[in-house]
Amino acid sequence: MTTTIDGNAAAREAILGRVRRALGRRGEGPAAAERAQAYVAAHGHGPRPTLPEDLAQAFVERATLMESTVERLGSLAEVPRAVAHYLDALRLPDAIAGQKSHAGVCWPQFADLDWPGAGLAIEARPTHGHDRLGITGALCGIAETGTLVVVSSPPTPTATTLLPDTHVAVLSAREIVPGMEEAFARVRALGPVVPRAIHLISGPSRTGDIEQTIVLGAHGPYRVHILLLP
Amino acid sequence: MQIASMHFKSRARSNMNDAQLQANLRKMQGKFVAKRRASLTELDDFEGTRDAGMAIRQRALDDLDAWLALFEQNAVRAGATVLWAETPADVNALVLEIARRHGVRKIIKSKSMVSEESGLDQAIEAAGLTVVETDLGEYILQINGYEPPSHIIGPALHKSKEEVAELFHRKHGTPLKTGIEELCLEARGVLREHYLTADMGISGGNFFIAETGSVLLVTNEGNATLGTTLPRVHVAISGIEKVVPTLEDAATLMRLLPRSATGQSISNYVDVLTGVRREGESHGAEAMYFILVDSGRAGVLGSEVREALRCIRCGACMNHCPVYQNVGGHSYGWVYPGPIGSILTPMYAGLEHAHDLPAASTLCNQCGVVCPVRIPLPDLQRKLREMAFERRLRPWPERMGVRAWAWVAKRPSLYALATRIGARALRFLGGRDGTIRRLPLAGGWTQERDFPAPSGRTFRELYAKRGGGRR
Repeated sequence: MTTTIDGNAAAREAILGRVRRALGRRGEGPAAAERAQAYVAAHGHGPRPTLPEDLAQAFVERATLMESTVERLGSLAEVPRAVAHYLDALRLPDAIAGQKSHAGVCWPQFADLDWPGAGLAIEARPTHGHDRLGITGALCGIAETGTLVVVSSPPTPTATTLLPDTHVAVLSAREIVPGMEEAFARVRALGPVVPRAIHLISGPSRTGDIEQTIVLGAHGPYRVHILLLP
Repeated sequence: MQIASMHFKSRARSNMNDAQLQANLRKMQGKFVAKRRASLTELDDFEGTRDAGMAIRQRALDDLDAWLALFEQNAVRAGATVLWAETPADVNALVLEIARRHGVRKIIKSKSMVSEESGLDQAIEAAGLTVVETDLGEYILQINGYEPPSHIIGPALHKSKEEVAELFHRKHGTPLKTGIEELCLEARGVLREHYLTADMGISGGNFFIAETGSVLLVTNEGNATLGTTLPRVHVAISGIEKVVPTLEDAATLMRLLPRSATGQSISNYVDVLTGVRREGESHGAEAMYFILVDSGRAGVLGSEVREALRCIRCGACMNHCPVYQNVGGHSYGWVYPGPIGSILTPMYAGLEHAHDLPAASTLCNQCGVVCPVRIPLPDLQRKLREMAFERRLRPWPERMGVRAWAWVAKRPSLYALATRIGARALRFLGGRDGTIRRLPLAGGWTQERDFPAPSGRTFRELYAKRGGGRR
C-alpha cells in the first residue's frame, strides 16, 4: 500500500518515528526543538572571504568573471540610451540576429523613462514568453560573486529576468552588499514571510552538459547586461 | 530504478573495453579537478569553510526530527503542502495523485536524483501523462530511451558530441548538427515550448531551509528557475536529510557546493522558493507541494555509515576517484555512482545486491580529501566491507581466506614462520626480473596487473637485523 495526500499522516509519523529511534530518542522531546529555535535566532555566519573596501568595484569584477557585462551610468535618465547603444553594439551570428530587437518589456518602476526617445519600444508589463528584451531592477547586488538578487512581488515579475534573450538589470551601487548573508538579511527585512521567489542570478544561463563545453543561453537569457547607477 | 550493481564486475570489464566510452572519459578527465583547485584559492579559509559546512550538515542530522518539524511548520505557513514518502513507490503515487488533483497533463522536470530512485518519469508516462526533462544532460538521456545517468551533476558526460548530434538528428528529425552550440540551441527551442505549455513543474531540492520553509535550487542552465516559475503547480522532491537550518547556513554551503562540483565561484542560478503565488503576482505556482523522502535514509541515520547523509551531491568524490575515472558511472549500476554511490547504493538498494561497490576501491582517500563536508568515505567503505563479510555476502574463498589469515595472525610464532615462507615463495615466483605475473589462488588479482616481488625477507627479519627492539 502506498500513501495518499489525505492519508499522509501515517507516513509522516512512521518516518519521524524512525528518525527518532535512529537518534536514540523517546518521543518528541522539547530539548531538540529548543536547540533548533535558539540556533535559528542567532543567525550565525560561517567563515567569510575578505573583500576589498570598494564593494562596487569588486561587484563589477566578479560579475564580469561570471560573463555579465557592466556599464556605469551617471543617472537613471541615461538608461534608455545606454540600452539602445548596447543592443546596437551586439555582434551576433545570423542564426540569432533577431535578438537585437529594440522591443521588449520592463518593470513598472521604469515605465516613465524616455524609451521612444532612444528608439526603443518598451512596454511596462510582465513577459508572455516571447519578448526579446527584459529590463528589470534588483533588490541588491552581491559583491563576493557579482550576483543580482531579484525577489518576486507584483511590481517585480521575475520572469522578466528569465524568458527574454537579453536581460538588462538596473542596479544602484549603494545597493551592493558584501555577501549572500547580507542579501538574505535584506530579504528577511521585507516582511514576516519571505517572498515566493528569491533569485540569485550570476551571469547568463549556460550549460556544460555536452563534453563539458560551456555554451551560453541554455534556457534563460543569452546575455545579462548590468547598468550600474551611483 | 532497477538495480544492476550485482553485475559491477562484468559491467566494469565491458566498459573498460569500450573504446568510445574510454575516449569520452579521457576527454573530460581532470577538467573538473583543475577548475575546482583553482576556485578554492578565492576563499581565504577553505578548510575552515569545510569545517563549517560539515558542522551545518551534522547539526541538521543530529536533530533531524526537530529540523524537519520546523521546516514543515514554516512551509505550511507560506502556503505549501508538505507530504512524506516512506518508499520510492510512495513518491510516484503522491506525484500522480497531485497531477490528477490539479488536472495536469504535461509535466516539466528539472534534475532530481531522488526521482531516479523511484523511476518517476516512467511511472508518469505509464499513467498516460507527458513528462519532459529540462536539464540538457537529463533531456539527452530521456530521449535516448531513459538511459541511466553516469554522473550526478553531468549525467550525460559519458557521451561525445557526435553521439548527441546523431541522437538529436534521429529524435527531432532535424538536419545533423556538428557544433555543440548548435545542439544546445536546438534543445533550447524544443524545451522552450514545453516550458510555456506545461501544467506542473517537478524539481529536486538541493536544500530545504528550515527557518523559512523554502527549497533551494541550484542550476547553471536556469531550467529549475523556469520550471518552477511558469507552471501552475510545483512539486519539490528531496530526501529528508537535505534540511539545513538557516539561510546563512545555505550561504556557507553555497561557498562549497559549486566550487567542489564544477569549480565555479557560484552557480548561475540559485533560487530560494517559498510557498505559493502571492496576491497580484503574474507568475509562480498556485499550488506548491514538498515531498520529503525517506527511502532508507532514516536507516542510514541509525547505522555506522550515518556520516554519508551529510552529502551535498557535488560529485567531487567521483571526479577524483581513480576507479570511477576508469570504469565510468554506469558500472555502478544504480542512481549514485563513484565513492558516495558505493555507500548509498548498498544502504538504499540492499547490501546483498551491491557489496562489490565498497570493495571496488583502492582506499586511496582522494575522495575523502576533497569532500566539502568531510565524509570519511574510505572508512565507510571499510565498514560496509565488514558488514558484507559478517552477513556472509562475499564469495566463500574470500571468507575462508580472511578466516585463515586471522587464525594465523593471532599466533605470533606461526605468523612469523608463515610470512618467512611466504616472502621467500613470492621472491621465487618473481623469477629473474622480480615481477609477479600470476599468483596461485589469487588469479583475479593478477589477471589485470603485475607487481614487484618482495626482497625475500620479512619486515621482522629486517627489523631484527638492524638491531631494532634491543634498546
